[in-house]
Amino acid sequence: MTGTRNTVHAWLLVLPACVLLAAFTHIPIIGTFIHSFYSSPKPRRPSRFVGFDNYEAMLGDPIFWKSLWNNLLYAGVSVPVSIALALAMALFVNGKLRGQGALRLAYFTPTVLPMIAVANIWLFFYNPQYGLIDQLLKPFGVIGVNWLGSQGTALWCLIVVGIWKEAGFFMIFYLAALQQISTELRECAAIEGASRWTFFWRVSFPLLMPTTLFVMINAVINAFRLVDHIFVMTGGGPDNATSVLLYQIYVVGFKFFDQAYAATLTMVLLLILGVIAIGQFLLADKRVHYQ
Amino acid sequence: MSMVDNKGLAGEVVETIAAWMLGLLWMLPLLFAIWTAIHPSAYVAKFDLLAPITAQNFVTAWEAAPFARYFLNTMLLVTGILLAQFVLCTLAAFAFARFEFKGRDTLFMLVLVQLMVAPDVLLLENYITIRQLGLVDTLPAIALPYLASAFGIFLLRQTFKAIPKDFEEAARVEGCSTLGVLWRVYVPLGKPIYLAYGLVLVSFHWNNFLWPLIITNSVTTRPLTVGLAIFASVDQGIDWSIICAATLMTSGPLLIAFLLFQRQFVQSFMQTGIK
Amino acid sequence: MYFPVAVGGPVTKIIDDYAAGFEKENPGIKIKPIYAGDYQQTVAKVLTAIKGGDIPETAILLAADLFLLTDEDAVVPMDDFVKTADDTAWMNTFYPAFMENAKLKGKTYAIPFQRSTPVLYWNKDAFKAAGLNPEKGPATWAEMRDMAKKLTKKDASGATTQWGVQIPSDGNTAWLFTGITTGAGARLTNADGNKVAFDDPKVIESVQSWYNLSKVDGVQPSGLISWGATPRDFLEGKAAMIWHTTGNLTNIKTNAKFGFGVSYLPGIRQNGAPTGGGNFYIFKGVPKVKQEAAFKFIKWMTTPARAAEWSVKTGYVATSAAAYDTPEMKAYTASFPQAIVARDQLKFAVSELTTHENQRVSKVFNDALQAIMTGSRPAEAALKDAQREGERILKDFK
Repeated sequence: MTGTRNTVHAWLLVLPACVLLAAFTHIPIIGTFIHSFYSSPKPRRPSRFVGFDNYEAMLGDPIFWKSLWNNLLYAGVSVPVSIALALAMALFVNGKLRGQGALRLAYFTPTVLPMIAVANIWLFFYNPQYGLIDQLLKPFGVIGVNWLGSQGTALWCLIVVGIWKEAGFFMIFYLAALQQISTELRECAAIEGASRWTFFWRVSFPLLMPTTLFVMINAVINAFRLVDHIFVMTGGGPDNATSVLLYQIYVVGFKFFDQAYAATLTMVLLLILGVIAIGQFLLADKRVHYQ
Repeated sequence: MSMVDNKGLAGEVVETIAAWMLGLLWMLPLLFAIWTAIHPSAYVAKFDLLAPITAQNFVTAWEAAPFARYFLNTMLLVTGILLAQFVLCTLAAFAFARFEFKGRDTLFMLVLVQLMVAPDVLLLENYITIRQLGLVDTLPAIALPYLASAFGIFLLRQTFKAIPKDFEEAARVEGCSTLGVLWRVYVPLGKPIYLAYGLVLVSFHWNNFLWPLIITNSVTTRPLTVGLAIFASVDQGIDWSIICAATLMTSGPLLIAFLLFQRQFVQSFMQTGIK
Repeated sequence: MYFPVAVGGPVTKIIDDYAAGFEKENPGIKIKPIYAGDYQQTVAKVLTAIKGGDIPETAILLAADLFLLTDEDAVVPMDDFVKTADDTAWMNTFYPAFMENAKLKGKTYAIPFQRSTPVLYWNKDAFKAAGLNPEKGPATWAEMRDMAKKLTKKDASGATTQWGVQIPSDGNTAWLFTGITTGAGARLTNADGNKVAFDDPKVIESVQSWYNLSKVDGVQPSGLISWGATPRDFLEGKAAMIWHTTGNLTNIKTNAKFGFGVSYLPGIRQNGAPTGGGNFYIFKGVPKVKQEAAFKFIKWMTTPARAAEWSVKTGYVATSAAAYDTPEMKAYTASFPQAIVARDQLKFAVSELTTHENQRVSKVFNDALQAIMTGSRPAEAALKDAQREGERILKDFK
């Protein structure tokens, strides 16, 4: 392939995708950055440069801090738990368990259901009077807990829903990876007298690192991106106990129509995602074993 | 496969039970939805096995909102995104995988930014962009931010890279142009990836909520998820029977598709070699 | 003309029929209703459309959005179109309670259409079982509390099987709370929408009494009570008395397996209730002739006969006294006297919280109320903070 024709062809091939990506990812990121330094346009007062005012307001806003904390807690819990569960599910389904196919289906079902739909079902489950969870826990003496209506429990309830939704999806990746671990390795280990558990920790788990990394990236992204259940189940309440960054951005941008503050909040979210991306990148470099 | 198993039979039984309990737990919401949808609202909280079965909830739900139109919107949307992504991501991935050109690696890193920063995060800016394009409340507007996907490009690039160069050489010898090589060699060999990715894509966009919520306003563009959300947020309070019926209606197609294709789905994932 | 309406479900068919009916009587004017979702989404659509140059002629939006729309300079006063004596008479037929947040500085910007007010529903069977007169609901807050004590039942394990009363507190907490504050004699805001009184002692008293229903009297579940689940709770017999919108009347009537009563919201000192729902607005930036057509349409939609029909079909409160005098309404209320309660309560009703930057101010207030109701903040401190924040938001509007 000739040099220049090569280059021209290459650029033509990537152009459509890159234009769209630029238009809806890169340019908006820059736009967000710029807008965070201006005030929101109002009919009688057009947008003007305000320097760091928006950031100052944000740092002094208790709802921002609450949303930030909630988001970090949400991600910090749901990501490791859903990954661990996904791995467990993959191990269950990969073995010689009875009813494998049905189990796999059961684990994966939440993934194909729209979150906005299942949130209503979970709403019923969490109903303090006749909800399913209340009915199940009654014999254990746990009665009448207002799961979604109490500040202490609301966010955890949403975390549970998030984990339930995502774990099955990650399971598939682990399943695929597990099946790639050659049976020879397994047999060698068996001959050497290694128990299943040892085999798992010393061989499988490290080999699964690339998958784990991949799954972790997805899990983190979704932890910050998936807010559908908040809309249906708590509306961010009680008193912002379940408000997370993206939800707050929606409220500020599309209920208050405060463009500037929404941009400022978005900058924080972008910063967090950026830091996590870099962190995972560095981790990838160090820990990944390729077969 | 014989394996020295310290836990023995007891361990296996425990494991089976644990797996099954988890599975049951996982299916509970769906089972509840089915129960509630086929029984009258009086039985929402009473799990009486002899309760009368009715289809009325589905009828009421169907008539209460223009679900037929919502279905159409969602199908058009998902199909459009699927086709566009396949084309755009294939072209770009091919370039990244098989071409040497200046700035390639930097460009690829920039593309990967979209992996971490989904269009949803940039709600407000994207909304402004769409408004400036005059496309607010149109189906293309819902699709546009997603047409080029970093995930798709990444996946396909990996797939293409794994295909031995001999195949391409052979095709070139027969006089294939660049695009021809792409079409005749790479795309067919990437079939399992396309299938797996396609299924993930369909599922994702069928269920997408936040962006369609803010960018659509009318019945003619609203997809199922937004339609369901509006439908469920009634002033009169929640009627679970009807909402569950609507939920089953909107997620039914996807569920059935998964039931039919789950073998292929899992198989194709295994063949993608996502490691 | 195209006109966004914040309704959904089967009600859209009624609007479509009205549109068709108007078109038949007025050939040359085309009406295209747009169903953009709930009030939130509808007003967002309208504002976006205006910014994009695609202005609707009229829309049905939240009455409480009055300041949002006038601050955005989006609407024109109805007075501009009032030409004949008939028109003036028509504008004056609406219940004053509904007109409260339709007027600004002497001009009328909105016409009531789908308005509601909350009422108390009570379970007659539960009353009988508790030894209370099933035909009389509570007349005062204290009475409600005492009745609730008799109505709260527990089972052997100590779990409550029936709560005496449930006043929902999630979502837009301020709406039902306005019922309590008005009953205590407090006003939360002023006519100009630039002052709030969140830390008025009577307001603090109101929220304290509400909180005490759970904490002290043990007659209401603790934590936030779900608006959406409360009607179902009532139907399941889990709550013997509930506060909810009159819009639920048809739902409860259809599904209740017991006799039920409807009464005014019982107040601490007096009767009081908020109004809610949507009004018609006419928008600026549209050719005068189209605005005139919109005005014609609004008059047509709000005739007593039509208002009566709308009320019967949807459960909203009919917007004028004349509507209640129509034969259709008289027949309906004769067979279903519970429907009159909401109307009669109007003489004690005030507008819901309507201020500049309404969404922001409401959120501040709701957050404080929710913090108090979940027991995480004491009433006085939380409301004082809310007051300070509210004043800060409103300082540009003095």
